[in-house]
Formats: sequence, structure tokens, C-alpha cells
Amino acid sequence: MISRRQFCRKALLIAGGVALPLAALELFDPKRLRAEKSSKGDRRWVFLVDTHKCVGCGFCVKACKIENDVPYDAKVSRTWVERYVIKKNGETLIDSPNAARDGFTTTRIDQNLAGMLDVRDEEIAKAFFVPKLCNQCDHPPCVQVCPVGATYQTADGVVLVDRKWCIGCGYCIMGCPYGVRFFHPLYHVAEKCTFCYHRLAKGMNSVCVDACPFGARRIGNLRDPEDPVTKIITTERVNVLKEQYGTNPQVFYLGLTMEVK
Amino acid sequence: MKNHVWRPLYIAITLVLIGVVVRFFIVPADFGVHERGYMYGWHRKSNELEWASLPVKYRTEKVCIDCHRDKYADIKDSPHANISCENCHGPNYDHPKNPKALEINRSRSLCLRCHAKLLYKGTLRGSMKGVNPESHYPQAECMMCHYPHNPKRPMQEVKQ
Amino acid sequence: MVHGEIWTLKELFVYPNEYIYWSIQIVMYPFMTGLVAGAFVLSSLYHVFGVKQLKEIARFSLVFSLALLPCAPLPLLLHLQQPLRNHHVLMTSHFTSAIAAFGIVFMTYGMIVASELWFVYRGHFVARALALKQKGSGSADRLACGLYTLLTLGAWDVGDAALHSDEKAVKFLAAAGIPVACFLHGYAGFIFGSVKANALWMTPLMPVIFICSAIVSGIALCILSFIVVSRLRIIINNWKIKNKFGTPAVVEMKDAELTIVTQTSRYLLIFLVLAITLELLDLIFRGYTAVKSWEIIRRVIYERDFVKIFILQYGLGNLLPFILFLLPRLTIRRAVAGTLLVLLGVFMMRWNVVIGGQAFSASFAGFMEYHIPIIPVSMETFREGLFGALFVAGMPYVLFLLFSRIMPVFDLKKFGSS
Repeated sequence: MISRRQFCRKALLIAGGVALPLAALELFDPKRLRAEKSSKGDRRWVFLVDTHKCVGCGFCVKACKIENDVPYDAKVSRTWVERYVIKKNGETLIDSPNAARDGFTTTRIDQNLAGMLDVRDEEIAKAFFVPKLCNQCDHPPCVQVCPVGATYQTADGVVLVDRKWCIGCGYCIMGCPYGVRFFHPLYHVAEKCTFCYHRLAKGMNSVCVDACPFGARRIGNLRDPEDPVTKIITTERVNVLKEQYGTNPQVFYLGLTMEVK
Repeated sequence: MKNHVWRPLYIAITLVLIGVVVRFFIVPADFGVHERGYMYGWHRKSNELEWASLPVKYRTEKVCIDCHRDKYADIKDSPHANISCENCHGPNYDHPKNPKALEINRSRSLCLRCHAKLLYKGTLRGSMKGVNPESHYPQAECMMCHYPHNPKRPMQEVKQ
Repeated sequence: MVHGEIWTLKELFVYPNEYIYWSIQIVMYPFMTGLVAGAFVLSSLYHVFGVKQLKEIARFSLVFSLALLPCAPLPLLLHLQQPLRNHHVLMTSHFTSAIAAFGIVFMTYGMIVASELWFVYRGHFVARALALKQKGSGSADRLACGLYTLLTLGAWDVGDAALHSDEKAVKFLAAAGIPVACFLHGYAGFIFGSVKANALWMTPLMPVIFICSAIVSGIALCILSFIVVSRLRIIINNWKIKNKFGTPAVVEMKDAELTIVTQTSRYLLIFLVLAITLELLDLIFRGYTAVKSWEIIRRVIYERDFVKIFILQYGLGNLLPFILFLLPRLTIRRAVAGTLLVLLGVFMMRWNVVIGGQAFSASFAGFMEYHIPIIPVSMETFREGLFGALFVAGMPYVLFLLFSRIMPVFDLKKFGSS
């Protein structure tokens, strides 16, 4: 007869004995190691937005729409700028008229159906602009929910949409917590910011980065420790949007406050 | 007639087989699991190249410098040095071949993108020079008085 | 015009790209799958659990479930921006997506329903084919004979042993079909419940709520259609007798009809209670835990959608039929009113989930309102408008009419088979 203690000990021993070689295999499997190493790659595109520098001119939105063939007058955009006006009484007002394609040229705040809201200068406690674009998340929920494999992430971290394969179900649009996706008015498939993948491929910057006169938008390679953007991200206090969704977003913000949605 | 109960199953199997055959012809050969694994990397590989090879429209000021040296020198010596040529003149595309000429945007709304005064303390916008567009010569073009390539020089001086 | 712009009204701050992308057809989709699943479960109650009282309605609901089946993916097809690429879901399924398995689950389920029907009607097919073969002279007869011959799949044996094995197969398929039907629909709930970006949808209760309300609506529609069809038969028969036209069938008495309805409605009530309990649990839990999204959800539920949720869904759609069915001495008229209200309630529940989930911005700082396009001025306003929805809702009846010509749901004995 075998005692309970003996049984436990033996069971543990056997389990451990079995697990050990398995674990060793896992660790030293050269194929797996190589795969992991190569999948890391030498490039991971990330974005840095400095909200302190943004003036809300909207040149980024204009350039983006033209560069990426998003119809200029369509009320959708791959990137946009939001204005936050926080009043002294604690009320937060936000707008992004026409995705800020023409910038912010008035103090009145567009509340859509609720009309234009006039805020007197002395009522304002703080006000600032926040540019938005696709976060190219490390765990993109939009890619996870695509039923046909039409949207995917490249090795360098950019999420793209295959216009020839997308069925236009809209699940990815629903799955994105940041609202960056929409249906392209001409191609009738899901559309999103690509960090200007065609420009990156030619060694250029995303067009919004080039269009921004104030350096509020910057793109960099997280795998390059010498990259100035990487240096800021790793050494300064940066934040990301809606990290509670577990998406691991890769657009980093300087000067993000709690009011930002 | 013993095993007639299996007939619907045979039909089901046949349908599945037809599906497999059809799949073979319809799905592109390079469709599969790529770098980011099945969850994030299940796609048609050639699509990456399709995106990467799209033409560039905004070709940055590097392509402007050679021909428009004077204008370039003007703006680089001004508070507007940080504004890219294409922000106001539109994308270069293949200029001067196509299009031959780029736009010269004189509209007030272009300048007001930055210079409509918004008193937002703590932002760059709040400290920038700005006007109230409704009271600051609402009928006039900005360029009548201000030289856009160097706002510090009055337009009169430039025209002489 | 951007997709969704026509029917979306924005208020306060909404992200520029946000519109109500999932509109009426996505309300129809879970509603229709719900009906399929419910109708099937109802027929299985007889075949598997031997609920004798449901014998008459079981065959009816099985054929009806087959008629509903093609109408479940129809709204999805109408909603796709690229409907001609729908086969990609089967070709390159991405199983990390809740939608990807749809094709496979749906086909499996369709196969089960079709096979079960084949076993139920095989004897009938053989009898018809043989009868037509003897009679067959006209081209219509020959065509019908060919059709029935094809439907027999070459299995002509109608001996007792063969028919007995048919029955066994029916029982097996009906049993296997229940989990698949529940999966098919619970999974429609999963499609919504797993969207973490949507604060209203994201709850693990969603699939269970969907299954319960699916069964409720399926049973309700079966009762309703059963009453309508049997009434129609009485009217037609009376007309035939009056005009001495054809051979009037022997129509069962109204009493039998009422017994069937009363007994079936009990099952409806059980699932109704279950569905309401779960929905209220979800609501209470959200209010009690009051996480970040609660403020905006509260405003949608208690202020903006109050009428749709508390009056139309819970009041008219749940409470009132509950009372109607519980009151003693159920009448046919009351049953019709009750089932209609139940269907309204379940439809409103789908509406409040699908449209309600998009009634607020992901920024939690603004609202969106859905204005259903009524007059179809373009393909888009037809597909995602009132008429598209009516098209989907009417389709099962056309199909049922068609299917019941080949597989009669009443008077099977007349043709000499089980």
C-alpha cells in the first residue's frame, strides 16, 4: 500500500521529470529560437505625438487625405485632430470639425446636433489639441476579428488591409476602440492609417510627419536604440491611449491628460 | 439497401470535398501564416508589396530646392521656415512634368489654420501671432499685406 | 457619401470615423438565426425528449426551420460591402474571429436539418415517386417524379426495418442538432459579446441571453405560423366544400389546435423567464459595478432609449405576453396577440443591443442616432433600410410555401407514410 505522502512525492517527481526534458526541448529548439529571433526583425515602426507642440492647423489631415486617396470631401479620415477645451467649471468640450481637415479657425466648438457652442476665453481652464491616428497596436483587436484574413500586421508592426480580399463586414471597424477605421467611399472595403507604408518603404516619413510644421508628429523605429524617437519613448514619460483594452498601442503621446478620450 | 442511413453523410462529404477543390483554385498561393503568426499574420503576402509600391505624392521640399532656390532661401530665413512647401502649394506629384504648375493658394482660410487667434494658454497656438478673422480686414487677402515666404518682410518691400 | 452617413446623426463629440456601420440587417441577423434555432429546438423536444404534445407542431417547425435557414445568412449578405466575396469566409477562415466559423457552423447545421428532414420524409418521397411513376404521363408529372426520385437518393426500401432505422436516425440528428442550434445562435451572441471595444456588448452573458431569447422567438413564431396555417386550411377547406371543388381534407377540430398551442406556450414561458432574468441580471450588474462606461450607458438606457427598452422591449414585449399566457383559459386570439408581442419583444431586444451598442461614441463623449432609411432610393438604402428588412422577414414564408409543397406538414397519412 502506498501512502498519500509517497504518492504525492512520486507524482511530483514523475511530473517534474517529464516536464524537464519537455521544457528543455522548448528552450533549445533551434528552429523555434531562430523563428523567434527572425520574427523580431530589425524594424518596428512607432509614432510619437507631442501634444504640447500641436496648434491644430490640420495640415497633417489635409496631406494625409490627398496622399492616401481618401476623397477630400468625404467625412472620414485616416488621421484627425481633436480639440479639448476644459472649462473652469470642470466641463470638457471636445470637437474635431470635418476631422480638422481645415484646422481650427474659430473659438466655437462643434457639438454636431447640439450646435456650435461659444466658449468665452475667460471660462477656459485649459485647452489643447490631440492628433489621432492608427495606434498600430501590438495586439490589434481589428486583426484578431477579421474573419477572412484581409487585415493583418506586417513584420515591422504596421496593420494593413488587403483591398482585394476584404469582404466589408465591418467587424474590424467595430473592434477598434480608437475609431480609426472606416469604409473607403470608393473601394468599399475597410480603410485605415498605414503610417504611409509606401513612404516608409522608400525611406521617407509618413506624410503627416512631413506636413507638420511644429514637429508634433514623429515616426521612428523602436528596434533602433539610436533612433531619436526611440530615445524619447524609452527615457521620457510617455503615455498611450486606452491601454485598458489590452491592445498595447504603439503611438506614444507626450503631454496626454486624463480628459483625452 | 442496408446502409441507406449513411447517404446524407456521403452527400455532406462530397460537398466538403468540392469545397476543398474550389479552395485550391480560388485562394492565392501566397496566402498563409506569415511573420506575426496565425492571429495577426494570416494574409496574402503579396499585398504588402502592393501597399509599399503605391506612388508618393508629397515628395517633400527636397525636390523643390533645386529649381526654386530663391523662394527656398526666402522661407528658410523666416519664421515660416518650418512650413513645408507642399502644405500651401499642394502635393508635388511629378511636377513640373505633371502637373506643370502647382497651386498658389491665396485664401485666407489657409493662413487662418494657424493665425486665427485662439487664446489657449499653455499651447503653442496660444502664443502664436493671431488675428480675429471677423474683425481683421475680413474682405482682404492676407497676401495684400503679408509676404507668406517671409512674414517679417512687408509685401510692399517684396514687390519692389 | 460615406457608408453610414445617410442614417447616422451625431451629437456632442463622436470620433470622425464613427458611424452606425451595423444597421438594420445586423438586427435581422440574430433575429433570424434565433428563429431558426428556436424552431429546431421546438421540433427536437418531440423527437428527442418524446414530448408527445408537440407531435403535431414538431414536423411543422422542422420544415419551417429549413425555410428559415437560408434567411439567416441573407441579412449578412445584404450588409456586406463586398457581397460577392462572401465565400472568402469559407476559403480563408480566420478562426480567431467570431465570424469566421459562421460558414462552417451554419453548413453543419443546415446539413443536420436537411438530413433530418430527409429521414422524416423519405417514406413519403418513395411513395410519391412510385405513385407518380405509375400515373406519370404529362411532362409535369414526369418532372415531379424525377424530383422525388432524386430526393429518395436511391433509397427505395420502405420496409419496417428500414423505416425503423429512419426513425432512429431522426432521433439521433434531432439530438445532435440541439447543441449545434444553440451553438449557432450562442455564437451570434459571441460575435457581439466579444467586441471589447464596445462597452454595451462586451459581456460573457451575451451568448446565453441570445440563446434564450432565440428559443423564445422561435417557439413564438412557430405557434403563430401554426395557427395561421391551420386557420388558412380551414378557410380553404370550407371554400372547397362550398364550391364543391377538389377533395376537402378532413380537418381536425379547433380543440386540437388549442391544446397544441397551450402546451407549446408553456415551453415559451419557461425560456422567456430565463431570458428576462439574464437580461435584468446584466443590467443590474452594470449599474452596480458602474465602471467607466456606465455613465454613458446609463444615459443611453434610461434616457435616450428608454421607450425602446422599457416600454417596447420589457413592457410590451415581455411583461404583457407573460400575463397573457399565464391567465387561465388561453384562447387562440390571446395566443396570437401574445406571440406577436413576444416577437416584437425579441426584435426590440436585438435592436437595443445592435443599434443601442452604437448609440454612443467609443469616446464616451457623444451619441449617435440611427434613422432607418424607409424609401429605397438607392441600393444602399434598400439593403440597409426598411424594405431590405421586410424582404428578409418575408423570405421564409415564400420558402416555406415552396418546401411544404414537397414536404407536406399536415395530412401525411393521406400519402401513406409516417
